[in-house]
Amino acid sequence: MALTIKEVEHVALLARLELDDFEKELFAQQLSSILEYVDKLNELDTDGVEPLAHILPIYNIFRKDEVKPSSSREEILANAPLVEIGQYKVPKIM
Amino acid sequence: MSRDYEIVVGLEVHAELKTASKIFCACSTAFGAEPNTQVCPVCSGFPGTLPVLNEKVVDLAIKTGLALNCEIAQFCKFDRKNYFYPDLPKAYQISQYDLPICKGGYLEIDLDGEKTRIGITRAHLEEDAGKLVHQGDITTTPFSLVDLNRSGVPLLEIVSEPDMRNAQQARAYMEKLRSILLFAGVSDCKMQEGSLRCDANVSVRPWGQKELGTRTEIKNLNSFRALERAIEYEAKRQMDALEDGETIIQETRTWDEEKGVTRSMRSKEEAHDYRYFPDPDLTPLRISKEWIEQIKASLPELPDQAGQRLIEEYGLSEYDAAQITISPQSLDFFDQSVALFPDAKTVSNWMMGDLNRLLKQQNIEIEECLVRPAALAEMLKLVKNGTISGKMAKTVFEEMFLTGRDPAEIVKEKGMAQISDIDSLAPLIDEIVEKNPKVVQDFKNGKEKAFGFFIGQIMKATRGQANPELVNQLLRKRLNKE
Ligand SMILES: [Zn+2]
Repeated sequence: MALTIKEVEHVALLARLELDDFEKELFAQQLSSILEYVDKLNELDTDGVEPLAHILPIYNIFRKDEVKPSSSREEILANAPLVEIGQYKVPKIM
Repeated sequence: MSRDYEIVVGLEVHAELKTASKIFCACSTAFGAEPNTQVCPVCSGFPGTLPVLNEKVVDLAIKTGLALNCEIAQFCKFDRKNYFYPDLPKAYQISQYDLPICKGGYLEIDLDGEKTRIGITRAHLEEDAGKLVHQGDITTTPFSLVDLNRSGVPLLEIVSEPDMRNAQQARAYMEKLRSILLFAGVSDCKMQEGSLRCDANVSVRPWGQKELGTRTEIKNLNSFRALERAIEYEAKRQMDALEDGETIIQETRTWDEEKGVTRSMRSKEEAHDYRYFPDPDLTPLRISKEWIEQIKASLPELPDQAGQRLIEEYGLSEYDAAQITISPQSLDFFDQSVALFPDAKTVSNWMMGDLNRLLKQQNIEIEECLVRPAALAEMLKLVKNGTISGKMAKTVFEEMFLTGRDPAEIVKEKGMAQISDIDSLAPLIDEIVEKNPKVVQDFKNGKEKAFGFFIGQIMKATRGQANPELVNQLLRKRLNKE
C-alpha cells in the first residue's frame, strides 16, 4: 500500500508541516510501511463487530452544571507570544 | 428573478444551550464578560487537560430532539474535527460526526395558510470556538485578537433537510425553530448575542429536475431579515450565472449586510479534510429509555400545542394563533391580558395591530416593552365602558408604549375622556338642533347629509370627545321627535 508523494504533501499541508523533497520521499516510504503493517487487520473477518467508540467499557461520565472560578487572565495568557488588551494577538486571518 | 429555476434551501442552525457552565469545563457561559476572563486550561486547550461532559447539555439536547420530533440515539459519542484556526485553541473542535444525539425529526411551518413539513436531518452536540476581533482597520491591520470566553460554550447544531423552496420558507423555518427552542427552554436564542446562528445552503435547479444543483453555503446571517435577503440574492446570482453559461462553484460565501451581496470566502486552501476520529478523552453516551421518558414528561407546552389551544379555546384564526405563539413571552402576554380582560379577540387584535407595529418600529421584543398585560387590560376596559373611543385608545396606547404610564392617568391628563353621559350630551344636542331649523327640515325631507351635519357640529362643540355611538343614538331620537 504505497503512499504517493502527492498524498504526503496533502497530509503535510493539513498538519502545517513544511517538508523538503528528501523528507517527502522518506516519509512516503515510512508511512507506507506503517500502513502496510496496519493493513494486516484487514485480513480479519470483522463482520458483525461494532466499531469501537472508546478503548474502555465506560460510559456516561458527567459533571454537574456548576460554575467554578476560571483561571486568572494573566495565567491563561502567560505563555502567549503576543498579548494585547487582555487578548492573544495573532497574525490576521481573512 | 428568473422563473425557470427552482430554489432549494437547507439550513444549519447553531443554538447555544442554556447552561451555567461550559460543555467540558466549569467556566461560566455568561455573555458580555471582559475578554479571556471565563477561560481555564481545559477550554484554552492546554496540553494534558481533560474534558468532562456537562450532564445538563445532554438533558437539553434530548429535550430539543423531542421537541423537534427526532429520534434520540441510544448510543452516541464525541469526535474530533481537526483544523487550524486561531480561535480554536486545541486545533480540533469536539463535535459529533457519525453518531449524532438526535436524528430524523421535523417541524411544520405555516405560510399564508399553507402548511409545509420541513425535515430535520440531525442535531449534534459540539463546543463553540473563541472569538476573533480585528484590530483597527481590517484591510490594513496585520493582527487579530483572540478572546476565548466563548470557547467551549455548548452548541447544538440543527441541520435541516433541503426542504425549503424560497427565502420566505427559510425565514418561517428559522422563526418556528426559534419559537420551539424558546418554549422548550433550551436556548435564549439571541441572534444579536450569537446564541442562535444560521448558515444557509442554497442551490437552484431547472424546474422538474430531480438532482440538486451545486450548492453554496452562506455564513454571517445575523438576523431573520439577513437570512431572507441573502437567500434571495444568492439564488438570483446563481440563476444569472447559469443563464450566462457559467457553472456554480461549491464554496462558502459570506453575507455583506451593508452592500446586500454574498461574497466568496474561498481561500487558497484545498477542500476541507477534517479527519474526524472518536475523541479518546471522552466516554461514549448511553441514553436509556427511562432518561428519555423522564425528559419527555418535563416538556412544556410547545408552540403548535399552544396555538391549537388558542384556536379551540378562543376561536382565534390560525394566523393570529401562530403570531401570538412566536415566543413564550408573547403567549404569556396574551394569556395574562385575557385573564384580566376576557375578550381574547380584542386582546389578539391589539397585539397583532398596534403592539406589533410599535415593537417592530422600536425593534424590541415584547418582554422589553413598557406596556404590561395589566395596563393593556385596563385600557381595553376604558374602551369597553365608553370612557374613551377606539380611536382615542390608539393615541393612549402609543403613549403607554413610549412612557409605560397608566392609561387612566394619560386619559385624565390629556383631557381625552369621552363624554358618554346623556345628561351633558342631550342639552347640547337640543341646542344645536334648535339653532338649525332649516337643516332639520332637510333631514325630514330625507337628506341623510343633514344628519352628518349635526354630528359634525356636536363633535366640534365637544372637541371630538363625545361618544360617537351615543351621539348617533341620541341625535336620531331627537330628530325623530321634530
Ligand atoms: Zn474553561
